[in-house]
Amino acid sequence: MSEKHVDANGREALTELLFQLADDDFLLAYRGSEWLGLAPHIEEDIAFSSISQDTMGHAAMYYQLLEHLGCGSADELAHARPASARRNAVLLERANGPGHYLREPRYDWAFTVVRHYFYTQAKRVRLESLTKSSYAPLAEVAAKIQVELHYHLLHWHTWFVQLTNAPGEARTRMTKAIQDVAADFAGVLTLGAKGTDMVRCGLIDEEKVLTENTIAALAPAFAEVGLEWPMPFGMKHGNGRNGEHTPDLDEALATLSEVYRAVPHAIW
Amino acid sequence: MAAMMTFTRLSNEEKYERFMQRIEAGEKIEADDWMPDEYRMTLIKLIAMHAVSEIMGALPEKEWVPKAPSLRRKLGIMAKVQDEMGHGQLLLRVAEDLLAPLGKTREDLIEDLLNERLKFHNVFHMPAPTWADAGLIGWLVDGAAIMTQTNMLDASYGPYARALKRICAEEVFHAQHGESIILALAEGTKEQKEMLQEALNRWWEALLMFFGPPTADTTGTSKQDITIKYRIRTKTNEQLRQDFFTKYVPRIWALGLKIPDETMHFDKEKGQWIYRQPDWEKFKQIIRNNGPKSQERLELRRTAYKQNAWVREALSAVRTAG
Repeated sequence: MSEKHVDANGREALTELLFQLADDDFLLAYRGSEWLGLAPHIEEDIAFSSISQDTMGHAAMYYQLLEHLGCGSADELAHARPASARRNAVLLERANGPGHYLREPRYDWAFTVVRHYFYTQAKRVRLESLTKSSYAPLAEVAAKIQVELHYHLLHWHTWFVQLTNAPGEARTRMTKAIQDVAADFAGVLTLGAKGTDMVRCGLIDEEKVLTENTIAALAPAFAEVGLEWPMPFGMKHGNGRNGEHTPDLDEALATLSEVYRAVPHAIW
Repeated sequence: MAAMMTFTRLSNEEKYERFMQRIEAGEKIEADDWMPDEYRMTLIKLIAMHAVSEIMGALPEKEWVPKAPSLRRKLGIMAKVQDEMGHGQLLLRVAEDLLAPLGKTREDLIEDLLNERLKFHNVFHMPAPTWADAGLIGWLVDGAAIMTQTNMLDASYGPYARALKRICAEEVFHAQHGESIILALAEGTKEQKEMLQEALNRWWEALLMFFGPPTADTTGTSKQDITIKYRIRTKTNEQLRQDFFTKYVPRIWALGLKIPDETMHFDKEKGQWIYRQPDWEKFKQIIRNNGPKSQERLELRRTAYKQNAWVREALSAVRTAG
């Protein structure tokens, strides 16, 4: 899609898609960064913070694309938009568990592993489609991100299989986490209200195709751990693509933008 | 082989003498080499403390990772804190080799930290309530760390010296990351400048304490004489503090900041900086985990440790089965 031939609907669909992509990665990178210093062991702390850093970098690239489209500066888009304007899936904004990242963090590692594993599979499928996007700058960014994603996937797949196959408490916790993530996973897979326009403009494949490919990507892991497929996926806590969110997002945004908002118009 | 056979037949005094000759000739000691117990125990204490300090050092900055005020700053501080954890891991491995003959592992070190048998560096017990504190940690705390670590780059213990080479290279980037945050604040709005001055006021005493007491008389104990004897380090605590002043005091002044010590000046005749001593009684409290944030930060790690107990169990079950 060259800039010249974009109709109004096409442009709206494009920015909508970019907001989904940017907000998804921004919120999950944030949830990941809350784990800093709290992961199960030090090697994991290093690996996980590297993944969160990559993911924040991906969000920054998408916000940059929006900046180039005249939607505002990347920092403003990341920090100043209210929850109602956010397009991330609700699954990605949900807290890591009870407590706060500085006080009594009773975080759930099983939920974190399953959420990251499921999301990373969906992200990989989505990126593969985006490398063929009619909007060339997006296709280029997708190709760059794909390179890093291979390692993320390997990482979360290893955790997913190891913990789910471990006897006793671990398997119980993982099974529960799978149900919990599945209950909101449809919110990751949906393209939202402007999905049809996105597809019509050749920005990304149809939701149905993306969903099928994601399921096909996740299925072998379920065979590996000998668990029933957790269908159907739901949107238990709302459809974030349409601006429906939870109080967890308000809290996240308040933290993410605390300093940004502290001194208006300052350069940091 | 013959040389080794001969060495094993030597008395402990002769071994000690050979050992001292080696380090005085600038040779490096490796993990499997013979070493006096005092040398091993000094290294374990030093390196284990350095390792857990890197890990605990991530916590004052942790608060500011999500709060960093722009995407660029978020990425910068994420990378920085990740490096610190990496240093912790690298150093734990070095400590682990030294611990092996004692039948201890790094699991034990982490437990020692949580049970307060192993202490972490005094500077990481301090609060970091604003973004300027995060910048100041990067600029001056990491700047101070570069000085103490450069002082040990030629340490007689090879594995530690090699780890420090890598760590110092990364610390230089951290100091630049911190300096860049500080410059933006120093050139910023009135609020930003105030935030920066307040952070400096808060951290000044901790920065003086960073290098440790001038002599053992100040606080009752100091390992500096032993570490110098064994060629682990070359300069004394006071020499390092003076080097720090020489490098940073003019820079702090150049930014228009006030050092919260009106006596601070360079005495040309004596060739040294004159400054007001920090409260070394407070220092003694801090290193006993009675600093302002000691217990809160330990509690954060203890909570996580308990919370993740099932993960460690699962992993050890997988290992046993495999």
